[in-house]
Amino acid sequence: MTAILSHGISRRAFLTASAALGGGLLLGFPLSGQAASQGVASDLNAFIRVGADNTVTLVLPYVEMGQGAYTSQVQLLAEELELDPARVLYEAAPPDEGRYASPLFGGQITGGSGSLRGAWRTLRAAGAAAREMLVTAAAQRWSVSSESCRVENGQIIHASGRTLTYGEVAAEAALLPVPDAPVVKQRSNYRVVGQSLRRLDTPAKIDGTAKFGIDARPPGVQYAVVASCPVLGGKMKSVDTSAALMMPGVKQVVRLERAVAVVATNTWAAWKGLEVLNMEWDAGANASLTTQQMVDAADAALGRSGIVSTVVGDVDQTEMTATDRYEAVVRLPLLAHAAMEPLNCTVDLRPDRCEVWVGSQVVGRAQKAAADAAGLPLERVAIHNLFLGGGFGRRLETDYVTQAVQVARHVSGPVKVTWSREEDIRQEVFRYHNHSRVTVALGDGGAPASWRHKVVGPNIMSRFLPVYQKDGVDLDVVNAASGPYDIPNILIEYSRNEAPEGLHTGNWRGVGPTRNVFIVESVVDDLAHRAGRDPVEYRRAMMNSADTARPRAALELAVQHAGWDETLPARHGRGAAVFSGFDSHVGMVAEVAVDINGRVSVQKVICAIDAGYVVNPDIVRAQIEGGIIFGLSAVLYGQVTIAGGQVEQSNFDTYPVLRMREAPRIEVHIIDSDEEPGGVGEPGTAGAIAAVANAVFAATGFRALTLPLNPSDLRGV
Amino acid sequence: MLYNLQVNGAVHQADVDGGTPVLWVLRDILGLTGTKFGCGIAMCGACTVHVDGEARRSCVTPIDFVGGAEIRTIETLGEGKVGSALQQAWRELDVVQCGYCQPGQLMSAAALLAANVQPTDADIDAVMSGNICRCGTYGRIRAGIKRAAQILASAGEVAK
Ligand code: FES
Ligand code: FES
Repeated sequence: MTAILSHGISRRAFLTASAALGGGLLLGFPLSGQAASQGVASDLNAFIRVGADNTVTLVLPYVEMGQGAYTSQVQLLAEELELDPARVLYEAAPPDEGRYASPLFGGQITGGSGSLRGAWRTLRAAGAAAREMLVTAAAQRWSVSSESCRVENGQIIHASGRTLTYGEVAAEAALLPVPDAPVVKQRSNYRVVGQSLRRLDTPAKIDGTAKFGIDARPPGVQYAVVASCPVLGGKMKSVDTSAALMMPGVKQVVRLERAVAVVATNTWAAWKGLEVLNMEWDAGANASLTTQQMVDAADAALGRSGIVSTVVGDVDQTEMTATDRYEAVVRLPLLAHAAMEPLNCTVDLRPDRCEVWVGSQVVGRAQKAAADAAGLPLERVAIHNLFLGGGFGRRLETDYVTQAVQVARHVSGPVKVTWSREEDIRQEVFRYHNHSRVTVALGDGGAPASWRHKVVGPNIMSRFLPVYQKDGVDLDVVNAASGPYDIPNILIEYSRNEAPEGLHTGNWRGVGPTRNVFIVESVVDDLAHRAGRDPVEYRRAMMNSADTARPRAALELAVQHAGWDETLPARHGRGAAVFSGFDSHVGMVAEVAVDINGRVSVQKVICAIDAGYVVNPDIVRAQIEGGIIFGLSAVLYGQVTIAGGQVEQSNFDTYPVLRMREAPRIEVHIIDSDEEPGGVGEPGTAGAIAAVANAVFAATGFRALTLPLNPSDLRGV
Repeated sequence: MLYNLQVNGAVHQADVDGGTPVLWVLRDILGLTGTKFGCGIAMCGACTVHVDGEARRSCVTPIDFVGGAEIRTIETLGEGKVGSALQQAWRELDVVQCGYCQPGQLMSAAALLAANVQPTDADIDAVMSGNICRCGTYGRIRAGIKRAAQILASAGEVAK
């Protein structure tokens, strides 16, 4: 690598070329010879490379995990470059926390419903800057003014009719100063942005050619499977490998501090070897840990005073003078992500370099994790980030990368470490127990005169993204904790409650808003009921200011499409939810039927979203649809329990998720808006949980303040 | 033991233990990685392939059990008219998200349509509920199957 670098080829060019050789990064078009066919390629900036043969390659900072990020990023860049999106090549950005940092998070992170919001800020400017540089280069070549030139379909055209392709001037353009304030296109001139361009990743995903992390097969790869100590946080004590090593195909057993790996000629052979390993574990401090203990600990945290994160008006005073007061305690369970693609990572570790094939939401962190585990400097680690078979926050972690490199240290040649589904669920980085107490002083008509919300949860941001904390408060966990409402007196207080050491906690689709929308909207629904008022009318009355206009409009639209006032049969009900989060504004109405045994069937979900300016409407709809289904799995079934320090669930039989026969009809209505784009990956999940719980209340009269819904609470008589 | 397998119209050899599921032979030995691993216990459908035209969960189908039967995988789905109609429908409706479950979804859907040219919602639910999609593409899968049925029906009309 050093030799190559000294010949003046950029590190990225090296990584790209090496990826082409490994068949890794380049997606959606033939891999072979792509780098070579470009001839001399010029980097116009971090995101755009133009070959002398006029091929344009876009380097996409946000990973594709199903959210359509590749498609919308290409739309933004192709628009500013006046290119046909079908004509450009694109590839995943290599690890680089500086060049490819999200402006939202300050790091190379795909998550938090932030891809489009981040891309909107950086990629339009990058595209416009490159376009201006290409025009300037052509104008200089012709000795004419830039103003007398325009661009169309990958060409610069002078008023005289002369033309140059981007490829012909790319080398000169790359030497020009980067414009300080490139002029992005007016929305009224958009051709590609704003259209439901078909997803660019579809063709490869329907014919088996799409490569996910788990599909990496570098030549000579061996296959490893792992078992970590079943008691969370425990360590390996001893392992008898003799029986395993006699199994057909088993090559070696690797002992790590907290896990053991079996390496074989195929994944199945490795599992058969694992089955006959005789393992002894040192269970450690969590040997008798139970779910009840963690629930009790979270309740205890509710009783402690915390850190005040928001104060509006005077809640103490209002509570003192109010004649009526409402209080609710809400409890959310431990959750697994259970992305469809079980965790995996493939590593080829040599003495002087390391190559990693993985699907990660945090490519730079994956590189860092691999470098640390390999004992190599960062620039000796190449990451091939392949398609992610779902992220949902689990692939924001790098534990599985570290572990795979640790295994690779003992293996000669490349090794792919695949987790079983059981391992994937038991060794989760969980969404932790979240509890809340909401205290409301009631004013006129039963409306909240004050809102006090004590939030209990772990401070994930202290570890994950320290800039997202302030004065000891995890700003995510308190996000949206008082809803989108005009309430005169608000006090939000955060009482930190960490999981026992060894039980890892992290981000889960919808993050803070997913917890808080359910809590806030359950309480508001309950307040409406107590006041004898219609739940939508009650909410509407709290949304009269300019600040609440957008969520209110979303609620109105959802209600209108849901037929809110139409009568339903017995044990059917409709529930509403409204919130602002991820810079989007959402109204949702769910309709459920609850049978006599307490089984909930969600009939339909109507969502209206104001996500600001929409770059690809169909992708927005798809994200909301998918987010809703994800939320339904959580509200109906989602729960991980612990006994004896071990996860009691293991696979889709014990950790059920929504299936086709349970999937409701979903309608997504997008509100036209010229505001800045909002996030759409997570709002569906946050809204669905709340709307369904409220619909269940309407159907049965049971107010579920503990999730998931429990059929025994909902039985008919 | 050495097995001769019929996969996608060609004969392949695999030297594996007879209990090895077809899934791992396809993925690790033959390099046909389009067929996915999701659960290993026939609960998710990601590994669905066709064995003599029938949809099977390859994660629980031992190689020994297959014998000389014809195995078809996602890699050649498009060669049949049902498969190519499904792929067209999937493109038109942009069904996929992460895409990881989709090979299995398509193989299950292809077996359904081959047996039932005009499936109802209930038919679709009955067959497709064995295939999990964590990205939540169920509504579009349902619509995609109906659209493919329509494409096939109009192709049939033209053929007449
Ligand atoms: S992997 Fe075979 S059904 Fe899940
Ligand atoms: S598309 Fe991601 S699991 Fe189905």
